[in-house]
Amino acid sequence: MAEREAPGGEREPCRASGAAPGRGVSHVAPVPGAGPGAAPSVPVVVQGPELSREEKLQLRKEKKQQKKKKRNEKGTAAEPPEPGTAADPAQPRVTPHPASPPASANAPNDGEKPPGGKSKAELRAERRAKQEAERAQKQAKKAELGQGAAPAKPRLTPTEAPSVVKRLPEHVQVDDPAAQRKLAKKLERQQVPLRQDYGTKVNLFSHLHQYSRKKPLTQQMSIPSTVIHPAVVRLGLQYSQGIINGSNARCIALLEVFKQLIRDYSTPPNEELSRDLVAKLKPHISFLNQCRPLSVSMGNAIKFLKKEISCLPDTLREEEAKEKLQGTIDNYLREKIVLAAEAISKSAFEKINDNDVILVYGCSSLVNRTLCDAHTQTDRTFRVIVVDSRPRLEGRETLRRLVRHGIHCTYVMINAISYVLPEVSKVLLGAHALLANGSVMSRVGTSQIALVSKAYNVPVLVCCETYKFCERVQTDSFVSNELDDPDDLIVQRKGQAQLGGWAENKSLRLLNLVYDVTPPDLVDLVITDLGMIPCTSVPVVLRVKNVDQQ
Amino acid sequence: MEFQAVVMAAGGGSRMTDLTSSIPKPLLPVGNRPLLWYPLNLLERAGFEGEAVPGLGRRAGGSPCALPPSWHHLRRSFFHLVMFARCAALAEEVIVITRKEIQKMLSLDTKMKLDFVYISDNVDMGTADSLRHIHQKIKTDVLVLSCDLITDVDLYKVVDLFRTHDATLSMLMKKAPEPTEVAPGQKGKKKPVEQRDFIGVDDTGKRLLFMANEADLDEELVIKRSILQKHPRMHIRTGLMDAHLYCLKKYVVDFLVENRTITSLRSELIPHLVRKQFSSPTSLQQGLDNKEEGRKKKEQASLDIYSFIKEDNSLLKPAPDNSCWNDHRGDMNETLHEGKVRCYVHIMKEGLCCRVNTLALYIEANRQVPKLLLNLGLEEPLVHGTAQITDRGMVGSDSIIGSSTQIGEKTSIKHSIIGSACTIKDKVKITNCIIMNSVTIEEGCCLQGSVICNNAVIEKGADIKDCLIGSDQRLETKAKHVNEVIVGTEQLMEI
Repeated sequence: MAEREAPGGEREPCRASGAAPGRGVSHVAPVPGAGPGAAPSVPVVVQGPELSREEKLQLRKEKKQQKKKKRNEKGTAAEPPEPGTAADPAQPRVTPHPASPPASANAPNDGEKPPGGKSKAELRAERRAKQEAERAQKQAKKAELGQGAAPAKPRLTPTEAPSVVKRLPEHVQVDDPAAQRKLAKKLERQQVPLRQDYGTKVNLFSHLHQYSRKKPLTQQMSIPSTVIHPAVVRLGLQYSQGIINGSNARCIALLEVFKQLIRDYSTPPNEELSRDLVAKLKPHISFLNQCRPLSVSMGNAIKFLKKEISCLPDTLREEEAKEKLQGTIDNYLREKIVLAAEAISKSAFEKINDNDVILVYGCSSLVNRTLCDAHTQTDRTFRVIVVDSRPRLEGRETLRRLVRHGIHCTYVMINAISYVLPEVSKVLLGAHALLANGSVMSRVGTSQIALVSKAYNVPVLVCCETYKFCERVQTDSFVSNELDDPDDLIVQRKGQAQLGGWAENKSLRLLNLVYDVTPPDLVDLVITDLGMIPCTSVPVVLRVKNVDQQ
Repeated sequence: MEFQAVVMAAGGGSRMTDLTSSIPKPLLPVGNRPLLWYPLNLLERAGFEGEAVPGLGRRAGGSPCALPPSWHHLRRSFFHLVMFARCAALAEEVIVITRKEIQKMLSLDTKMKLDFVYISDNVDMGTADSLRHIHQKIKTDVLVLSCDLITDVDLYKVVDLFRTHDATLSMLMKKAPEPTEVAPGQKGKKKPVEQRDFIGVDDTGKRLLFMANEADLDEELVIKRSILQKHPRMHIRTGLMDAHLYCLKKYVVDFLVENRTITSLRSELIPHLVRKQFSSPTSLQQGLDNKEEGRKKKEQASLDIYSFIKEDNSLLKPAPDNSCWNDHRGDMNETLHEGKVRCYVHIMKEGLCCRVNTLALYIEANRQVPKLLLNLGLEEPLVHGTAQITDRGMVGSDSIIGSSTQIGEKTSIKHSIIGSACTIKDKVKITNCIIMNSVTIEEGCCLQGSVICNNAVIEKGADIKDCLIGSDQRLETKAKHVNEVIVGTEQLMEI
């Protein structure tokens, strides 16, 4: 296991040695520019030295000036060099990252200087220089971006810019009290209750939310919900109870509910629909996010919808605008999900040969559909092995659907895959999202299946609609993931639950991870609605999509 | 607006006529508050919990009565003609209140917009009839409560079942309390005459699969095969009490409007809905039957609940093939067996939930209420500020004493509730009693486990145990009564 290194990790200078495949310690970093030229897996490190070079120059200039001044003053002879040298190693290391922690690290330096004998004017000059350096740095980044991602319009750059500033999303900062306070404040402003985390977490995952199904968000809300639309309340509950589950289903349900929301919406006087509606959507989205962290598919759909709303021409009357929006949502549903599934299942036909034995895992609506279509529309005979895992046992649902269509199925648990793999000719997997570095984010266990399949030389095919492609880069499943209710792991056998009192045991922690990340070199092919591509082509697709949407 | 609440405050209290002959049931004092206050308060608590308006979140303490003056008026003027007016309060239209209205409502000591509907008294209407009567006012799903429900349930638990599963009906149940209290006037240890309910739930204990009353059964319990096919494991429970709190879909009300044969929610509509979960919507066979048996059945078929279900509301409609959730396993059926009518029940395991529909339960409720009131965190102390008590030490901590009541020297009060404007003289012993308003108890009386209604006068040295004393009664000096019901004969005539 340890011999196989994570592909992202190989190129990364700071990888953890001996980590499990796909679990190399690294960081979530947005792709700079998402350009095809920029190697997706080396996002941060390349950037650092390049940009700091200019800055170093400026710093050097600064220091020279300081020294000159100090010589001129001749007031304090011994002390001045000290803070200067102290700042020397600190500053170049710190400045490449404009994020908040370095800034705070700088602060004590500033504080030390006045006793060191520097005048206020000097400090001011220094600060100004630093600011200028940062500005230059930002501009350089923007320029890079402009070349890489959006050659046509400058409108895209402002939307891209915040992703370049390395602002961590809130849902991976649960262990940071400051971020949580910020979230609480935001929710209070939106009049959405804050959901409390539940139980103890495994230390490695203490930065993620962990909710209990038994404590729904509605506990803290008034019964005829006033702020949140009733349909959204219902949807949120269904998400959190797992009734609506699966990337596609969640996205479809979300869009249907938003259609309802738009139908029931009326613009208040003195407001513009395009602005007010986006503001109205916000508390609903945060409510849903609290019920269960949004999926990539939902995130993309929301992004699309917001863009559509803000692009509405002002000349439209309210009714027309609402109708138009509902029409665009319908189009999105049809084109991105329904027709995409059709296209995928068509191109997947080619890959399914006579007498194939296909291994599937969990419950992917797309894979199920593909297999059912292949069975009914072609005369090829194939067999399916359904692999399942606890605690959700979603494979049973796959099994049920496939058997209903008369497909010959075998059902095993995931710990038996090495027994069944010798007879398998293809592995067909679904995906939660495809990340920009080509990694496949999917139900936990997928990575393991891909790994073992690779060892057995069985081709691994991933089915994924392009609307689930994401510009995020992730090389491990630790940083950004989702924790499900740990109580799901409790099994009742003959009226006894072994883990029943896990919360009381202080040294016992449960981990119910939802997703994992499969490195791209374990995946042979991705079947998308644009055809079959290798997973390293994700950035290309994303770029084409960005250009299309202009 | 998500829900409208309908409070059914029209019950005649037919099982406690001794009490309700003088006081309408919704106004019976429980813990010195009218019975109707409790369901209204439950709604209010649910509606305003979590709302970030600290000023509104708290009840302005003081007035013990949350009723508009019209209620008292009604009671006074029509009392001899009217049994009770039927009232349905349409609450929680919080969104539409304007500022002015809020103020008006605050003067009524409730923040909810209460819409009182009176039903003429010479028509005897069942609960379903009343719902039908106000159907024009019902725009959304409804929350139906009975006025005699006193509970500290978290309402969201019932409502969430309704929301999450997109249910047709969700209701509240509670393990029925053991009948510990012996009602006054009850001869010997009578077994409770109430018929048992058989409630069938699934493994999760939430889905309501089966419901039958002992009265409707002959020798055995018949369970339809279709239920067992879909839910091979069913737990049948008895000893559960229906709290008469129902969340109903709007289309159920529409169905009621069309289907005029149903008069009662509890005994007709709810069992009908529970049964309908497992019968197919107007199947072909039925169609054949219709032809044979003529018009009558056809009409019934057209009144099928399924025809009222609006498709765009159905659960999982957008994602039937996409969600990998299923509620059952071991067979090849679709999720939820494609059933469109779904009934759910929340069974309270702990907490207070009682219905005041018999004298014994009334006494029991009064016993429980001080605890509930404390839990609600009302600012009002149990002993009202204007009450004049000479010996504070003699009043038990769990007793409630109303406003401007005077209590004399060496009078001990334990586990009792005493209304407002009562006069209790010296050396009186009161244990386990419920004493309503303006009652006079003279020196040296000894009261135990009794209920004493408004304006009664008990003269010196009376010894009363386990009795019910009606309104305006006067007990002679040194009278001795054990286990009796003393109600004026005229009032009995009126009933």
